[in-house]
Amino acid sequence: MITLQNITKTFKVSKRQAGFANAFKALFSREYELIHALHNVSFTVNDGEMVGYIGPNGAGKSTTIKIMCGILTPDDGDCSINGRTPWRQRIAHVRDIGVVFGQRSQLWWDVPVIDSFELIRDIYKTPQTVYSKNLKELTEILELGEILKTPARSLSLGQRMRCEIVASLLHNPKILFLDEPTIGLDAVSKIAVRQFIKQLNVERKTTVILTTHDMQDIEALTERIILIGRGQVLLDGSLAELKSRANTDGDNAEEAVAALYKELKI
Amino acid sequence: MSLYIKYFSIHLKSQMQFKSSFFFTTLGQFLVAFVTLLSINFMFARFDSVGGFTHEEVLLCFAIIMSAFSISELIARGFDQFPNLIGNGGFDRALVRPRNVIFQVLASQMDFSRLGRLLQAILVFIYVIPSSSIDWTLPRVITLALMIICGGLLFFGLQVLYAALSFFTLEGLEFMNLLTHGAQEHGRLPFSVYGDGILKFLTFIVPLALIQYYPLLFLLGREEAGIFHGIAPVMSLLFLLPCYACFKLGLKKYQSTGS
Amino acid sequence: MKPFAALFRIRFTNSLQYRAAALAGLVTQFGWGLMTILGFAAFYRENPTGFPMTFQQTVAYIWMQQAFMALLFIWFWENSIFESIESGGVAYDLVRPMDVYGRWFTTISANRIARTVLRAVPLLVIALILPVAFRLVLPSSFITVVLFIISLILSLSVVVAFSMLIYISTFYTMNSKGIRIVVGIAADFLMGSYIPIPFFPDTLRTMIEFSPFGAMKNTPLLIFSGYLTGADLVQSMLLQIFWLLFMLLAGRFFMSRALKRVVVQGG
Repeated sequence: MITLQNITKTFKVSKRQAGFANAFKALFSREYELIHALHNVSFTVNDGEMVGYIGPNGAGKSTTIKIMCGILTPDDGDCSINGRTPWRQRIAHVRDIGVVFGQRSQLWWDVPVIDSFELIRDIYKTPQTVYSKNLKELTEILELGEILKTPARSLSLGQRMRCEIVASLLHNPKILFLDEPTIGLDAVSKIAVRQFIKQLNVERKTTVILTTHDMQDIEALTERIILIGRGQVLLDGSLAELKSRANTDGDNAEEAVAALYKELKI
Repeated sequence: MSLYIKYFSIHLKSQMQFKSSFFFTTLGQFLVAFVTLLSINFMFARFDSVGGFTHEEVLLCFAIIMSAFSISELIARGFDQFPNLIGNGGFDRALVRPRNVIFQVLASQMDFSRLGRLLQAILVFIYVIPSSSIDWTLPRVITLALMIICGGLLFFGLQVLYAALSFFTLEGLEFMNLLTHGAQEHGRLPFSVYGDGILKFLTFIVPLALIQYYPLLFLLGREEAGIFHGIAPVMSLLFLLPCYACFKLGLKKYQSTGS
Repeated sequence: MKPFAALFRIRFTNSLQYRAAALAGLVTQFGWGLMTILGFAAFYRENPTGFPMTFQQTVAYIWMQQAFMALLFIWFWENSIFESIESGGVAYDLVRPMDVYGRWFTTISANRIARTVLRAVPLLVIALILPVAFRLVLPSSFITVVLFIISLILSLSVVVAFSMLIYISTFYTMNSKGIRIVVGIAADFLMGSYIPIPFFPDTLRTMIEFSPFGAMKNTPLLIFSGYLTGADLVQSMLLQIFWLLFMLLAGRFFMSRALKRVVVQGG
């Protein structure tokens, strides 16, 4: 189970202004401003749930994910994931989670994918039996067969993303964080990735937390949506609730979200 | 250890994918070392000795510091590329894996082209060890090995320090080159040659002289050198403690600011 | 001149934003120069008569080399040019209303100068106020300074024209890595970046002085330090002009041939 309570996080960033004179001035003094990335964020996710975590750019999605992964320590608030505080018991915590950063690869670029998988197995100390079973199952579902012998750099984006997801699952994580898993994919690959995520959630009871900008991902995958804007949770409910909240005609989720962003001024 | 070997083989495989590129970068490393060697030889065509050290003694010193440096970069270069690793998310990836972060970073890059430098160092060793007048007793052989191994570890410590600093700033780290590449380049001459100030700095602040000048005196059988000089390289390892502490501090800062 | 000024401005403004980088660069170049000088000083103490130059001249050579590093080392390649040739992206350069040789030449020079200005000035100021033994001593006559500046500009042009030949060779080989590494190291060594050319063995030294490598950093730095005077100075500067013209012509010739091939093959 994942519980976040009043998680708050503020960053200090230096201002940088354009122009020659300002650049020169910045040699000697710099101004800072505070960015309130997260403000009293609270929610609970039960085991086996699939949650879509959405919001515009800069809303605080990545910050939340990073906190839940143990990469970042919040200024204030509590977070408990399977009974552990991620940033205090990071190593124990990360054994139980899988993370896919959609825009960043965890595969070694120039060697066959299978070599990366084996190295990841050793990093997680996954028992060979568990590893082989997972690998066999996952490659079958995702039809990866021949692809495993190809170096990651020669894969298409869709193929690579499927491999990324497999790589994050080889150690049987209870929770999977997917940060924009369908970004840049073509229609066919998107559908394949979505089906796979769905299947994973149903068959393995893996808890999935997914960030995305693609509302079709949300429609296809999640019952529950958490909408975040300006560092605060603005809505926690179903897609239907979101649509009714947005007051738009028709059934288009994309438009509903756009209208909502506008209405909430985020 | 077995995990390290896995990393090693993955890097080796990766770099062997591009054989011509590997060949040329290795050649480049060899050439850089070679022109340094040429410069030494050109200088000794005009001078018999420098700071009380002969041509052969300087060559020995050159080969030792070159081996230590190239071995450290060969087996662990991850910290050298650390700002990139932060930039491209590789470091976040290391944090979500259940292994020691320092280990993951150090194994994240290995530069096999440093073999070029190492080869140059070995060639110099082959020439200089038999032709020098050193009586290679067991303690001296041990000291030579210590100089190379501890030297490698010391350069590694400097890399960790570099990484630690890059948690705080990404733009002001060029000066660390002085302590790594600079030490390697200027360490071809025994550090005493550069005067008392430099020698003190390299003894008490960044103890590079402990893997170079003092044990070299022991190798060369100078009167003032005792067994203490012979084991000086081991003492230099104390430097790794503050490096480690700085890294821990930096990591803490990274986890609170995410940048 | 206008595109040059614009490029320079962008580069310079950009580098101003990185104050820590500038400071760190200064410390590094100063430290490196100081260590080099201390090394030469040790040889000098051993036997002053073994020095082909005076110690003061050597010191001046080293400080000026540190200050004008980004201007005169071959090693600072513009990787974007190699990439655009290897990837075929160079085809886009052909549609712009400026000849490619001139454009690249300008970009490279502007980048090198922008990189240098910010770093050279503070370094030279520090070098001028050091303790006497390691101090940078300015030339005694105004004419020497003028000649130095002319020779420095020639030197930068020779370095850029030479590097242009290497960029252009990529059109023919389509793989720059090897040549970039080998030529970079060899050229920097031969032009006197490791030890000044007067310290080379005599035969080699004479050969280099007549080669393009002698027309690079060697000439302005030796003029500034006061080592190169009279007829030798005139000869060196004429050689600079000769090599500059030679490499400009060769560069333009091979460039236009290469571009024809690009056009024919459609990039």
